[in-house]
Amino acid sequence: MELSPDRLAYLSLMREIEDFFHAEADLLDERDYTKWLDLFTDDVRYWMPMRKNVAFDDLATRETTAENDIAWIDDDKATLEKRVRQLMTGIHWSEEPVSRVSHVVTNIRLVEPIHDLPEGATATVKCHFIVYRNRLESETDLLVGRREDTLRRVGHNLRITHRKILIEQSVLQAKNLTVFL
Amino acid sequence: MSTAIGSAKSLVDTAHGEISREIFVNKDLYQQELECIFGRAWLLVGHESQIPKSGDFFSSKMGEESVILTRDRAGKIHVFLNSCRHRGMKVCRYDEGNTTNFICPYHAWSYTTDGRLVGVQDYDNLYQPPFDKKEWGLVEVAQMENFHGSIWATWDKDAPSFADYLGEAAFGLAGALRAWDGTDGDTELLGSVQKWIVPNNWKFIAENFAGDNLHVVSHRSVEMVGIGPGDGGGRRDDYGEAKRAAYPNGHGIVYSLVPPRKTFVQYAASTVTSDYFQERWTKRLEKLGDRAGIFPLIGTIFPNMSFHGQQPRTLLVAHPRGCQETEMWRFYFVDKGAPAEVKEFLRRYYIRYSGPAGMTEQDDMENWNYASKASDGLIARRHPYNYKAGIGRGGKDDVIPGHVMDKGAPGTEQNPRALYKRWAEFMDAPSWAALKG
Repeated sequence: MELSPDRLAYLSLMREIEDFFHAEADLLDERDYTKWLDLFTDDVRYWMPMRKNVAFDDLATRETTAENDIAWIDDDKATLEKRVRQLMTGIHWSEEPVSRVSHVVTNIRLVEPIHDLPEGATATVKCHFIVYRNRLESETDLLVGRREDTLRRVGHNLRITHRKILIEQSVLQAKNLTVFL
Repeated sequence: MSTAIGSAKSLVDTAHGEISREIFVNKDLYQQELECIFGRAWLLVGHESQIPKSGDFFSSKMGEESVILTRDRAGKIHVFLNSCRHRGMKVCRYDEGNTTNFICPYHAWSYTTDGRLVGVQDYDNLYQPPFDKKEWGLVEVAQMENFHGSIWATWDKDAPSFADYLGEAAFGLAGALRAWDGTDGDTELLGSVQKWIVPNNWKFIAENFAGDNLHVVSHRSVEMVGIGPGDGGGRRDDYGEAKRAAYPNGHGIVYSLVPPRKTFVQYAASTVTSDYFQERWTKRLEKLGDRAGIFPLIGTIFPNMSFHGQQPRTLLVAHPRGCQETEMWRFYFVDKGAPAEVKEFLRRYYIRYSGPAGMTEQDDMENWNYASKASDGLIARRHPYNYKAGIGRGGKDDVIPGHVMDKGAPGTEQNPRALYKRWAEFMDAPSWAALKG
């Protein structure tokens, strides 16, 4: 089958996006947080709403907490930077000694099958994550869910300008959320 | 009643500030707590703003048991055990919603929002003679109280009134729940409740919020980074002088005292928010005068409800799930009349402070987790914890009710001592009659 230029451009963009997320996961697991912060635009919203058990008829309106409701996390860039600085103090006891973390990012797809992302343009990308954390001896968490990221082309690079994280739990089964998702 | 390993009083020596680790790790004692503490005490169930309309419900917990907080067709608030009278199935498996009936999915018994059993399969045919449906409604709590919008209940009909249960601590809890200008009943929850599981005994949480100033050192990392709502430094704006108050009913509250000066600037990072609080402060001064500057900062209402009354503003219940497991529920609240922009600013501040992702709370949970775990060993259990800080200090205060310690000994452990003294009384008492004595 011959690939059209548009199809080739789409595949090339998809490959770039996949590389971007895989590189991001490595930065997190290698604890290179300063470089990780550079992947976000200054106007980023890093948002992790909560989930609820609701009746079928309420699913659309009440299953996920709304934008102005209490969330697990609702950070701007300044707060993300503060989280990183806290991790780097060496006395943030919930991550000292550090946890061992592996991010698996998969099911990556462009919501709209575009083939070009020019400077300043944005694209919405969905993916799933499986994040394993082990700390000290036997403390283990498995955080599984989905992400919806808005990526923006900034100076030839991809940058995250909106991140929505949906974890598949209503009562969080982990004692804290010190791991970035 | 004595415990599996002797009287509870023998495990809790508050005169010398020594408390056995058994009370945090012993599974038999935990089972006894479910009966003697959680079966008797007044417990926080929720807030009236969660169920504003008839038919609204919120699934809650009392101890380990599931309950339904609901508002019936007449507008009356009820708290029911969430278990069908026929075969025990949960009649409500939703966290919240609105309904006319709670219909059991197992055999379809159905109950109204005021708890009456109204639907039984093939009732006229199968039950001859008929049983009295009035006697088979949902199990309702023995007593319920709406305290400044917060809903409390107890399973024990012999428990004292909620006002008597609080005693002088009512001053602090009411202060925490009022609107910023001092008006009653003008606060509401800021949306949904955070729920998460921590691997430690519930009492670590209760004593932490009762007033453990010595643990502040564990929050040094967040203090260094600064998440405060003013210039971004620290965790909170300046809150004046703190005083710690312990109550014989087991409650502990830390108050902050701000001089009743003309201006009291908070939340400077947001002009709209800062202006709102300054305007409320002016109204508060008019309303409360010399007492305007008294803010309940944090506290624990025995046994497992805690609150932040100043910055942030939250309610917390540490629901026990086992000797070494607790489900934390954090409710956030605001002035009902605050502008949307103020609520939005507070929302973001509250959740970067508290909850499982809260930059302050995270470090608490690490400490509770491994303190609880490292006390479980046979050798560890032989050695009591040390609660000796500030023994013999404090006394009556002109302004704050209770046994009060001022800045002379801020690290006093008087509030945890009061909590555990009351804990032992509950565990050893055969009934409320003995506790009231």
